[in-house]
Amino acid sequence: MSNILKKIKKANLVGRGGAAYPTYLKWQAVKKEKNFPKYVICNASEGELGLCKDIYILENFPEMVLKGMKIAMDFLGTKYAYFNFNAKYYELVRKRLDPMIKKHGDKGYVLRVFKEKPSYIGGEETALLNAIEGQRVEPRLKPPYPSEKGLFCQPTLIHNVETLFNIAKVEEGTYDVKRFMSVCGKVKNPGVFYFHENYTIEKVLHESKNYPDFDFFVQVGGSASGPVFNMEQIKEKIVTGAGSIEIYDKKMDVKKLLSKWFDFYANESCGKCTPCREGTFQLAKLVKDNKKVPWKEIMEILDTLDKTAFCALGGGVSVGVRSYLENVVCNS
Amino acid sequence: MKITINNKKYRCKENESVLEIAIRNNIFIPHFCFHEDLKVDANCRTCLVENCLDKKIVTSCTLKARKGLKVGTDSEEVKKLRKINLELLLSKHKKFCSRCKKGDYCKVFEIMKKYKILGDKYEPKKIVDKIHKMGSAAEFDPKACIACNKCVEMCEKIGICYLKLKGKGAETRISYNEDPNIDCIYCGQCTVHCPVGAIREQSHLEEVEKALKDKNKIVIAQMAPSVRASIGEEFGLEPGINLEKKLYTAFRKLGFDKIFDVNMGADITTMVEARELVERIKNGGVLPMFTSCCPGWVKFVEFYYPEMIDYLTTSRSPQIHSGGAYKTWWAEKEKVDPKKIVVISFMPCTSKKYEAKNPDLKVNGMNPVDFVLTTRELAVLLKRHNIDLPKLKDGEVDKFGEYSGAAAIYGASGGVMESALRTACYLITGKNLKKLDFNEVRGMKGVKIADIKIGKKILKVAVVGQPIPSTEKIIAKRIEALYKIDKKMKMREAHKNEVVREFLEYTEKLTEKKKAEILERGYCRRGKGE
Repeated sequence: MSNILKKIKKANLVGRGGAAYPTYLKWQAVKKEKNFPKYVICNASEGELGLCKDIYILENFPEMVLKGMKIAMDFLGTKYAYFNFNAKYYELVRKRLDPMIKKHGDKGYVLRVFKEKPSYIGGEETALLNAIEGQRVEPRLKPPYPSEKGLFCQPTLIHNVETLFNIAKVEEGTYDVKRFMSVCGKVKNPGVFYFHENYTIEKVLHESKNYPDFDFFVQVGGSASGPVFNMEQIKEKIVTGAGSIEIYDKKMDVKKLLSKWFDFYANESCGKCTPCREGTFQLAKLVKDNKKVPWKEIMEILDTLDKTAFCALGGGVSVGVRSYLENVVCNS
Repeated sequence: MKITINNKKYRCKENESVLEIAIRNNIFIPHFCFHEDLKVDANCRTCLVENCLDKKIVTSCTLKARKGLKVGTDSEEVKKLRKINLELLLSKHKKFCSRCKKGDYCKVFEIMKKYKILGDKYEPKKIVDKIHKMGSAAEFDPKACIACNKCVEMCEKIGICYLKLKGKGAETRISYNEDPNIDCIYCGQCTVHCPVGAIREQSHLEEVEKALKDKNKIVIAQMAPSVRASIGEEFGLEPGINLEKKLYTAFRKLGFDKIFDVNMGADITTMVEARELVERIKNGGVLPMFTSCCPGWVKFVEFYYPEMIDYLTTSRSPQIHSGGAYKTWWAEKEKVDPKKIVVISFMPCTSKKYEAKNPDLKVNGMNPVDFVLTTRELAVLLKRHNIDLPKLKDGEVDKFGEYSGAAAIYGASGGVMESALRTACYLITGKNLKKLDFNEVRGMKGVKIADIKIGKKILKVAVVGQPIPSTEKIIAKRIEALYKIDKKMKMREAHKNEVVREFLEYTEKLTEKKKAEILERGYCRRGKGE
């Protein structure tokens, strides 16, 4: 095993885009493929609600992200990489980033910037590949996985911004098991914080001076697809997924909460599969058209999404609702 | 290898999908986005089955056969989830389906009945896009689209890329490419693959019904070679059963005054095309010469490769030839007013509708063919009139519909060229060929090439396969039926067809200009939508 791969494995690096897949496994999978060229992609799509840590990293540590990409390219023996940028993000960082990309270009690294129309589905690896290729933005059938047949059918390594940042830290020997956390919602001091990944959510809220003085619940790891926890649970739970914490007032209107989630999904569904394309639209409509929340009809569609949606994004629609019912409604 | 479906074992190949195995064994699993010739898209999520080992629900189109696999197609969980997805997918189908609206037979409605789907549990998002017409051949209605993507994949497979999905979420629906350099060639393959009739032929059914009721009109039916070999499938028969004689009876029942056959026109086309080929060979004309029977191919050349126009034969196509013959020679012979004649073609292909409406092909100011019905429209017409085709007695074609075996094989890929070769050989050498079958240019291969010896000359010929309507297997069976007809016929060469000989003699007496108007055509560079 190469030196850098050993270090990554030892550091237990996992993907910070939300899926927490072990980084070294991803690397091995792309490494063993025989086809060249291989591609490295930095995913700066950040289309999930409640997240802003990737743009924070890009604004403050772009050189670390590029360094992470270079390490990955060297490991795979390739010179080709893409930045998949949320188009809004690119405008914010291009002034600092472009000269760095040029500098790498002078050394023979071909780094291309792809500006993606901001979208949630962009977080799905294969949908992102389609977007860069100019295809309709929707997930591909797996297998083949991107490690085998990714961008333009070539082996491809896709990493979230923070994962690449961490790779650079591991290489430098400065990785200290911290993660970036976006805190938002009904808080006094919203923003991005950098804490040890094992901090409980409660500790994060205290240390970031965001612990509310009212009864609340939180949604963690993404404000659309993340689970909801109550005040008791956050004493134990740590930050997961893509690293966000959103604070909601416990008195928040249920319909407002459901509409926030369902409207987001109805707008962001790529339209590929029936339960997500039509189901999320019906979910949003069911909340809007009824005075009382029609739980039976809603759960029926959520169940269908869980079990029959094409990709994980459709399968994730129910997570917030179910955990809210279990942890907040049933617990009060 | 074997897998278990609903507690019964079925033989299969490794890696075959469960859906394919089920289809082959007549186990019905609803599916809308799967087609065996297209890549698996897995978007409709209705072909659900339960994996009996882990109780997981999976789509059978993506579930590959492996040792020990056991699935159930009707567990309570499958039923519940399938029903929701069918309700979501088919909400308001009846409101938007052109067949359901008229009370015609609709496969989707049959599925809805089977699974007790009412289609009004959910109110779908309002789509404002209007019906879009592709020339005078096909059309799509975004409101009826279920975004299964089959038409888009088919259009891509053919290499045109005119169709595409537009919008996201509940607004996802069929649309078209606005690039001025990309245009539909009216091949109609999208209409064959649309599971819900959102993309369909531009219907001529109502016009045909009207003409049949009009006592002042002389309504002529003429059928293309392949229709007789494929219509049976619409009535649940195996592919490749020749129902020609039953169709002749059906046309009489429907009220047609005369029953002719596009095959007679095919013999005219063979004669005209063979004469041109001989002339090009003798006088050093432009070679190779391409056939022009397929209006989709012609539009493809005229739009994408106008520099190749000179390679196309200037011969008209069979339905236009025979239609022109009825409205000139036959009308004079029968002493009827050609304006009273209504020619209705039954064709396998949507693009023939476009050809029929082409103003450049008029004869004496009239369209040689008035209306074209596709095989599927013919099936709808027969079902509307409660005509159970397979049960009918055999009938006969009227005299001027007689044809040769060379005409019958027009419906097979490569058949037109084979027919022309038989007659060209005769025209060059003055002798009939001993061996009439050109096996080198038959079959389902994409490109077929051969050297054909004609007298002292060697002619290099090639056949490029058509895109794939239905499935390759079904097509092969239909074609087999056509070669069988040819083989059995006494008259197997176009130049032996007496009706055609008489008609061509008639044209020899006309002015050159008039003769050309009936037999030949020109081409031009065409713009988008033309």
